[in-house]
Amino acid sequence: MIPDSLRKELAARVREAITPREAAVDIMKELQRHSGWLTDEGVEVAAELLGLSPLQVEELATFYEMIYRRPVGKQVIHLCDSISCWCMGGERIMEQLREKLGVEPGGTTTDGRFTLIPCACLGNCGEGPTMMVGDTLHGRLTPEEVNDILCAA
Amino acid sequence: MEQVLFRHNRPGRCITFAEYRSQGGFGALTRALRELAPLDLQQLVMDSRLRGRGGAGFPTGLKWSFVRRDLPGPRWLICNCDEMEPGTYKDRVLLEANPYSLVEGVILAAYALGVPHAFIFIRRGYESAAANLRRALAEATTANLLGENILGSGFSCHIDLHLSAGRYICGEETALINALEGKRANPRAKPPFPAVKGLWGGPTVVNNVETLANIPDIVANGPEWFRSLGATPDAAGTKLFCVSGHVQNSHCFELPLGMTLGEIIDGPCGGMKPGRSFKACLPGGASTPYFTREQWGIPMEFDAVAKAGSRLGTGGIVVFDEETCMVGATLNLIRFYARESCGWCTPCREGLPYVRHILERLEGGRGEPGDIDLLREQVKYLNYAFCALAPGAMGPVDGLLRHFQEELREHITLKRCPFGGRG
Repeated sequence: MIPDSLRKELAARVREAITPREAAVDIMKELQRHSGWLTDEGVEVAAELLGLSPLQVEELATFYEMIYRRPVGKQVIHLCDSISCWCMGGERIMEQLREKLGVEPGGTTTDGRFTLIPCACLGNCGEGPTMMVGDTLHGRLTPEEVNDILCAA
Repeated sequence: MEQVLFRHNRPGRCITFAEYRSQGGFGALTRALRELAPLDLQQLVMDSRLRGRGGAGFPTGLKWSFVRRDLPGPRWLICNCDEMEPGTYKDRVLLEANPYSLVEGVILAAYALGVPHAFIFIRRGYESAAANLRRALAEATTANLLGENILGSGFSCHIDLHLSAGRYICGEETALINALEGKRANPRAKPPFPAVKGLWGGPTVVNNVETLANIPDIVANGPEWFRSLGATPDAAGTKLFCVSGHVQNSHCFELPLGMTLGEIIDGPCGGMKPGRSFKACLPGGASTPYFTREQWGIPMEFDAVAKAGSRLGTGGIVVFDEETCMVGATLNLIRFYARESCGWCTPCREGLPYVRHILERLEGGRGEPGDIDLLREQVKYLNYAFCALAPGAMGPVDGLLRHFQEELREHITLKRCPFGGRG
């Protein structure tokens, strides 16, 4: 359930915008922050707040890489698979994560702790290979460091 | 080497508002509001020969001059910080060290263009850069350098931050405008160009972070000074070169525009990693045709790089050693572009997966002699796409065909990747 307090907060954000739908990404992100992912209820609430149809919100939600329309783990691991990280051994890090977490790319661990998602360049190219766990960037990864980061996360 | 954008930086942390001001920060804005008419400021930027640092290298002052000033309704300014071109991280490094030059640059540009409301569009993943900007905007507002009636000049300007949620296409200026309006970020047809009809139908300028961050120093020190910063007579200003890959020091360096590729790699980058030798590089981000040893002496500035068959792009140099399979590298790049295609037009939506398929076949040892011609054809066809994404994607394929045909043939005759790639 999306609480009334959050709805009010979001309605205030929409009022600040030059046109309501300008706030669409902010609203989707806040609803995602609340539920961990953008739930069906979240899409309905966003549509109501933004004056859009649920389908229009869906069109936006499925466009953005970092809006999740399926449940994800407590922490989402985004591993960069673009060129700078690739040439510094990014594929090895993906192998390590798959093995360690026991999931394929896109999957969530059985304990619900982690979701593993390969992603586009994270803008940390000088320090490849790079991954983002939650909001935190980790660069110059080695397979050993990946283990440490997972344990600490 | 003279540092302009990095002049204020302190090691390991972001500078403070007080530090920026004590080094003359916001002096250019104060002076401009007092002494310069908006069109004088635009002329100053034109005279500086500053060219856009986001990839296309279009002259900034000229872009500003295209804005229709006689239309009813507001004009808009957007700072493009959707830095998602693989190999590019200069704007993040800049904003993590100093958000103030950008804020001052945006206000100056808004003044020159008569814009009451500007936006900074920032990508997902740049959370600390966004936090720095949010703080800088609040501090500037408190000091009356932003907001209503700035420093009593009668000019008012507001800046909003828009935090995006990923997707490379958002960096294309018309797609970015759609994204900002809360629409799906498909590119729009050009013309009309944003300068005539952009955000909410109003005249709009979209400039890159690095471009705008240069404006305060151009105003403070004059266009001649700015032009003198380049390493060649054709190059004006410094450039943030962000280097990645197999070099010793893979960092972001502020260097004179027009330094040669060799000088950059052997100089600040400290050469290649021990025991490795240079094979090729992407000279300006993921969408630029490769350079090899043959281009070692090319000045890294817009015209010279274009003349040598590539693009300066964003200044993101990705360096590959002799152990790198260039077919594999190109496949990686095409996978990125095929995934990031917004799907709006057929050449891009269908063409990029087809090119990916051909490259997978080649890298996996299942290539046929005709594949090279197929790739060559696709380089031509993808120019018919709606926006610059697909032609950009084919930049490295074009480079592969021009510089590494032998390597391509070897994949076909050996029926495997000579470097052990699996495709």
